Amino acid sequence: MTELRLHGLSYENRLRSVDLTVRPGETVGLIGPNGSGKTTLLRCVYGTLTPTAGRALLDGDDLHALGPKARARRVATVPQDSALEFELTVGELVALGRSPHKRFWEGDTGADRERAEGALARVGLADLADRPYPTLSGGERQRVLVARALVQDPDLLVLDEPTNHLDIRHQLDVLALVRTLGTTNLLALHDLNLAGAYCDRIYVLERGRLVTGGTPAEVLTPALLEAVYGVDAEVIPHPRTGSPTVLFQHSPAGGQQSSTM
Amino acid sequence: MSAETRAEDASPGEPPAPPRIPPHPEPPTGPTTEPTRAAEPVRSARTESAGKSGPPVRSGPLNTSAPSRAARADPPVRAGGGPLRYAVVVAGLVLALAAAALASLALGSVRIPPGQVLDALTGRAADPSPYRTIVLDVRLPRVLLGAVVGAGLAVVGAVLQALVRNRLADPFLLGISSGASAGAVLVLVAGGGVGLVGGVTTTLALPTGAFAGALLSLVLVYGLARRGGTLTSTRLVLAGVAVSYILSALATLLLVVAGRPEQFQEAMYWSLGGLGSARWDTLALPAAVLAVGVGALLTLARPLDLLLVGEEGATVLGLDTARFRAAVFVLASLVTAVMVAASGAVGFVGLMAPHAARLAVGAPHRRLLPVAALGGALALVLADLGARTVAAPQDIPVGILTALTGGPFFLWLMRRRPEGAPL
Repeated sequence: MTELRLHGLSYENRLRSVDLTVRPGETVGLIGPNGSGKTTLLRCVYGTLTPTAGRALLDGDDLHALGPKARARRVATVPQDSALEFELTVGELVALGRSPHKRFWEGDTGADRERAEGALARVGLADLADRPYPTLSGGERQRVLVARALVQDPDLLVLDEPTNHLDIRHQLDVLALVRTLGTTNLLALHDLNLAGAYCDRIYVLERGRLVTGGTPAEVLTPALLEAVYGVDAEVIPHPRTGSPTVLFQHSPAGGQQSSTM
Repeated sequence: MSAETRAEDASPGEPPAPPRIPPHPEPPTGPTTEPTRAAEPVRSARTESAGKSGPPVRSGPLNTSAPSRAARADPPVRAGGGPLRYAVVVAGLVLALAAAALASLALGSVRIPPGQVLDALTGRAADPSPYRTIVLDVRLPRVLLGAVVGAGLAVVGAVLQALVRNRLADPFLLGISSGASAGAVLVLVAGGGVGLVGGVTTTLALPTGAFAGALLSLVLVYGLARRGGTLTSTRLVLAGVAVSYILSALATLLLVVAGRPEQFQEAMYWSLGGLGSARWDTLALPAAVLAVGVGALLTLARPLDLLLVGEEGATVLGLDTARFRAAVFVLASLVTAVMVAASGAVGFVGLMAPHAARLAVGAPHRRLLPVAALGGALALVLADLGARTVAAPQDIPVGILTALTGGPFFLWLMRRRPEGAPL
């Protein structure tokens, strides 16, 4: 089981000295308003940005010293730019997830193809293996990329808004799947209720700084939501699971006084 | 399906019910227009590209969101067709290439009966036969050079398209070929009145000059197109055209300043492209470079595939994109330069052959590159056959024919961009 530790991780003025720990096997959520630095933080972890200060340590190894290939064997992610100019099929795209474990001249073996098919089945897309990836819907694409991250066989899974484009059923499916993988997971999530239900702990970012962190019940409080998001909300325990559930006070347009006026 | 078609028919104010076949060659965007193979040649070819043999058409909506966990019982079909289909494509291309080569040996200003061609090839022809000289010393090197150059340009085109992630890339359009021919002209001028293919020095000096020019123009075009953020095809093609004009103008200027207007003919040859200079002793270098270049690129099939998923995607899958790109740029320039040094700047083969190959076997490079190479060889051998016979006994530069067919192809390609693809 793998542990991720961030020490004073900074990137220009978008991320300021963040300390954060994801313990072995934990699923940790990262929440915060738009532009708070969630994506920047994740990119510094999965390696498409080089932090300007601080370090990201995976079981004590500096992720940036590892280099792309060694890093990709241990950290998987679902990147956001996934439009393809050329038509790889879904199966081919998923099989590319085996690349970090291969020498560059090696082709895919039967075992690799089985893994790819297994991963597609796990995200419920076994039937689409032969379809050209660009013809899929947004939600299907998202799940295909999750499948690709699965065949990477990572220790740490870093996901930026994995529920984007997904309908509610697949949102729940993907998050439940992530929890069953046995990986250590760091997820940026917009949906506070999903964060509350599926994460062991939550960290809150605001304008590049870490505001707080803790269990969902500790973090998701009306006071914090007011301070960070500027919204009026109630938090109640979920009637069946007890996980903290956020209910927003919806003000009709012009009904409630706006804070800026 | 029928429900939606009916709804369309019934919509008020619409002209009478349109034919059921969707009128334009755009790919279907939803399950309602799942193509029926025979209906639309363009589209069925497209489906084929991506799709593969398998069950011909999956009917009905595919994006139902219910996860179907149960894998189908039948064995999964490999994309781009199974090994059998791939073997058929390759064998078909090899046969077509052999046939085109035989035709090229037989046809021309002098027609030689196929039997005599075979006799000459197998060494059974009477020794002082005039046919033997034409076939073995004139036409055969030319056919072989055409095949080598066509294959080289096609492979470079396929690789460049992956490298800049843009289907409009081609050694000619990106200015690499012009850079190479400018470099070659510079060597010609600097090297004094040495003939085009005279001597060992020029057979090496020309490609070297061409390589320098090719690399320079590629770096220039890529740098210009990339400045200010992401790479778009508009910027890429515009930068390619501009750089290519500048370099051709420079080459012409060099000739004028050097006071050798008589070499305009040769400069013209470089900028149009032709195989007329083919001789046995000019064949070895391009053939060797083709073999080494294609071999190297085949081993790089996996990282090339990774480039298709984008810079960020390739990086998180473990590829050092910056270094890999730079290395492949150099390799692509080298292959282009040697081809251009041997044949001048033949355009559009590197654009057309890779696309045809993708339609046939899909995008992964391990399958794509050999098929693109065979297709490029076939295309240029056929084009050169046309160049020698269309206006016989005039030998028109083959670059004119490839441009006449490739230009319209480029325009067609530009118009049928898949949705979601960057312009």
